[in-house]
Amino acid sequence: MSTPHTPKYTEAQYLEVDQYQPKTRTGRITNYFDQRVGGTSIVKEFGRKVFPDHWTFMFGEVALYSFVIVVLSGAFLTFWFDPSMATTRYSGSYAPLQGLEMSMAYATALELSFDVRGGLFMRQVHHWGALLFVLAMSIHMLRVFFTGAFRKPREVNWVIGVALLLAGMAAGFTGYSLPDEVLSGNGLRIIDGMIKAIPVIGTYISFFLFGGEFPGNEVIPRLYTLHIFIIPAIILILIAIHLFLVVVHKHTQYPGPGRTERNVVGYPVGPVYAAKAGGFFFIVAGILSLISGTFQINALWNYGPYDPSPVQAGAQPDWYIGPFEGVLRLMPGYIGDMSLEFVIPTPWGGNSVATPVLIPMIPIAILFLGMFIWPWLEAWISGDKKEHHLLDRPRNAPTRTAIGAATVVFYCIMWGMGSNDLIATHFQLSLNDITYWSRVLIFLGPIITYILTKRICLALQRKDRETALHGHEAGIIEVSPDGEFHERHSRPDEYELWTLVSYEAPEPSGPQPNAKGKITRTEKFRAWLNRIWWEDRVEPVSREEYLEALEHDHHEPEALGPHTKRELEHNKH
Amino acid sequence: MGEHGNGDRDSGAVITAGEGDKGSYAIDNPGLPPHRPRLADVDEKAAKRAERQVTALFLVSIIGTVVFFVGYFAVGRMDEFDDYFDGMTALRLQNTLLGVGAALAMLGIGLGVVHWAKTLMPDHEIVEDRKPLRTEQDRQEAEKIVTEVVEETQIKRRPLMRNTLIAAALLAPLPGIVMFRDLDRSEDFGVERLRHSLWDEGVRLVRDPTGTPIRAADLTVGSAMHVIPENLREISSHGERLSEKAKAVVLLMRLNPDEFENPEHPEWTHEGIIACSKVCTHVGCPVALYERHTHHLLCPCHQSTFDASQEFKVVFGPAGRPLPQLPITVDDEGFLVAQSDFQEPVGPTYWERGNA
Repeated sequence: MSTPHTPKYTEAQYLEVDQYQPKTRTGRITNYFDQRVGGTSIVKEFGRKVFPDHWTFMFGEVALYSFVIVVLSGAFLTFWFDPSMATTRYSGSYAPLQGLEMSMAYATALELSFDVRGGLFMRQVHHWGALLFVLAMSIHMLRVFFTGAFRKPREVNWVIGVALLLAGMAAGFTGYSLPDEVLSGNGLRIIDGMIKAIPVIGTYISFFLFGGEFPGNEVIPRLYTLHIFIIPAIILILIAIHLFLVVVHKHTQYPGPGRTERNVVGYPVGPVYAAKAGGFFFIVAGILSLISGTFQINALWNYGPYDPSPVQAGAQPDWYIGPFEGVLRLMPGYIGDMSLEFVIPTPWGGNSVATPVLIPMIPIAILFLGMFIWPWLEAWISGDKKEHHLLDRPRNAPTRTAIGAATVVFYCIMWGMGSNDLIATHFQLSLNDITYWSRVLIFLGPIITYILTKRICLALQRKDRETALHGHEAGIIEVSPDGEFHERHSRPDEYELWTLVSYEAPEPSGPQPNAKGKITRTEKFRAWLNRIWWEDRVEPVSREEYLEALEHDHHEPEALGPHTKRELEHNKH
Repeated sequence: MGEHGNGDRDSGAVITAGEGDKGSYAIDNPGLPPHRPRLADVDEKAAKRAERQVTALFLVSIIGTVVFFVGYFAVGRMDEFDDYFDGMTALRLQNTLLGVGAALAMLGIGLGVVHWAKTLMPDHEIVEDRKPLRTEQDRQEAEKIVTEVVEETQIKRRPLMRNTLIAAALLAPLPGIVMFRDLDRSEDFGVERLRHSLWDEGVRLVRDPTGTPIRAADLTVGSAMHVIPENLREISSHGERLSEKAKAVVLLMRLNPDEFENPEHPEWTHEGIIACSKVCTHVGCPVALYERHTHHLLCPCHQSTFDASQEFKVVFGPAGRPLPQLPITVDDEGFLVAQSDFQEPVGPTYWERGNA
């Protein structure tokens, strides 16, 4: 560049940094860091940053904290655990297994449980923490879904959340398999069977995973690398992006008085929010410690070293693997006398399609694919391309809530079927009957749930309208001079009223022409979905309706609201 | 500026919901409800009480840490006990003390700090404005920069360069995938090995795990036995032995010979003794449960049920094929032996299995 460079900052500005003499101790400390890492701007940005507060915002925090606890307890375990399939003869403190040939992995898992003080406790913290991690993520996800927090501009963060859920489950499963006892070995055996069912590449994926035939002596160290390095690294990166985006977007908030799309109402980070969130970490850690100290989980010394022959009846996977297990169980292998498995005839002897294993993968795939694309799918159907920072009350998005509830029921039926043997033994039911019924319910359940949930949402919206227009039933019966009885109603105050009336329920849009003025077939389909989405909507109370209701009620609109309440209070005394 | 509002599809303007707040709802947003002071805000006594409660919780935490150390040092390690049952009792006690101690230590701090925040720290809700994620001006500037950068690379004008780059970039990661080929370094690499097990003509059936051979008379009608091939113990490598066992485990049971319903291969049984692969044809769990009255075999993993009297036909559950039967007979010494290997691959179905 030939033009002379004009400095952007003056010399005085540069000098100021060195000449600044802080007066207080805090000032001196911050100055030290500020001159080196520029801490002031961080404190300025975050010191009083406002976070909306609501108990449903807690689940993401629980997930984060339980992840931290799982990482810490897991790091502790790595100091003793040896993920090797080399054999050894057990000589530790647990008498029933002494002298048995087993892998180093199982022997060191036993050593951790019996010969390292606190090892059993940390193992249990690690396992319970992992269960809580996935549970908290799942509930957090439901909260985000049902309140519409995934809408623009937060779609990408939702996708990262789904990826985190998958990564969390993968972390859990790889960890579950590490101790190399009968229970986890049979879990791996099931995974091997499922992998082998994958057409074309499945058999080879299985060979590559196990280093040959199942189970071989390679798989545990491989799972270990995935479990303690690759998957946690992925989770950590995803969490970092997830939280970064939360800061970029600022947190959503529930609709209510004083809250708008343009502001954030809540508590500042310093001190209240930081204290609550920081304190909450210790609460999560405390509850996990209490559970781990008092409830036994995965008593792996009872199972014995892995052997392909024995198996326990009533074995259960970790809870989040339940749906995968359940959907395998409810799939029939035969219809009548016809096997669903078939062979594609080929010159080289045919290729087998393990339909009874492949079909159950379809609903799982649809479930996760659906979760990944949902923000865009919903925006496409509803035609809502706007930014949203105010959450939906679930009743005010009846179709979404109904779809969510139907999905939850679908998931829960698969999940419950993962325990069909225990349901049968505990409730003295026929295992076969439970399975037959679940094959029907998996289709009917979500449909019934959809209809019921949507009706419940609409009914709640009507109830809100009723309250907005006519007030709450006060429980006071009045007699007029003519002898007429009627119940007195008390109007909600303006703060409550605002929550009841401030939502949107647009009319179905109908097919919209594109830029060329044509209505495409896709657009017609979208319009059809859009009609289903909105057609039976309950509109919020309009200003005219409200004024009319005031007029009608007491013929003195300005005297309503808090006034009526006072009047009621007065009547009570 | 006007970038918020009715931007058309290509303007890039951000449209935020709730623009028409004013007047579009039944009432206008009334703003934050009036702040209600807490007891501790107005009553110094209440504030003092809160202070004492928080302090007490922190003390509970300190006690919790002490409990943890008592559990750790006073109870001791399991190998310090001569009696195994005493050791187990001590372990349980230790685990409980560690858990309760850590829980008190953590909950004391956590509940204390949260209580402090809720009672004594200011509870005024603050309203902060949202910054627009980006402004129209920023977007235009960024767009300009991107356009200029792309221009400066001249990538659009020189397609030959661009296309070879794309080809190179597509090929370059391939070695990274291919290098995983040696994840399976076995000598008998390939699907063929899934077709064979250790069973062969004359291989004795022996009990799992004792390895004692079995005479027909050892099995009464209605009983069942877990069986492995005698030559399994010859394999020295633990991993290989497990892999072979995973294909060779057999369940042996004896029925009344007249209980078989139209068997296709009566010659594969011996005086009502029939043998099948124990590996489920669904996803490979051991089919471990045998119910003698119904002759049903149940896989405890996914409840596939096979009928031993109908040559292990599937009568319930997700399995899509019967369990492979092991043809058996007796040798000169009267011990049960296999007539041959299984006539088809055992275990879950895989793509290359074909018509077996």
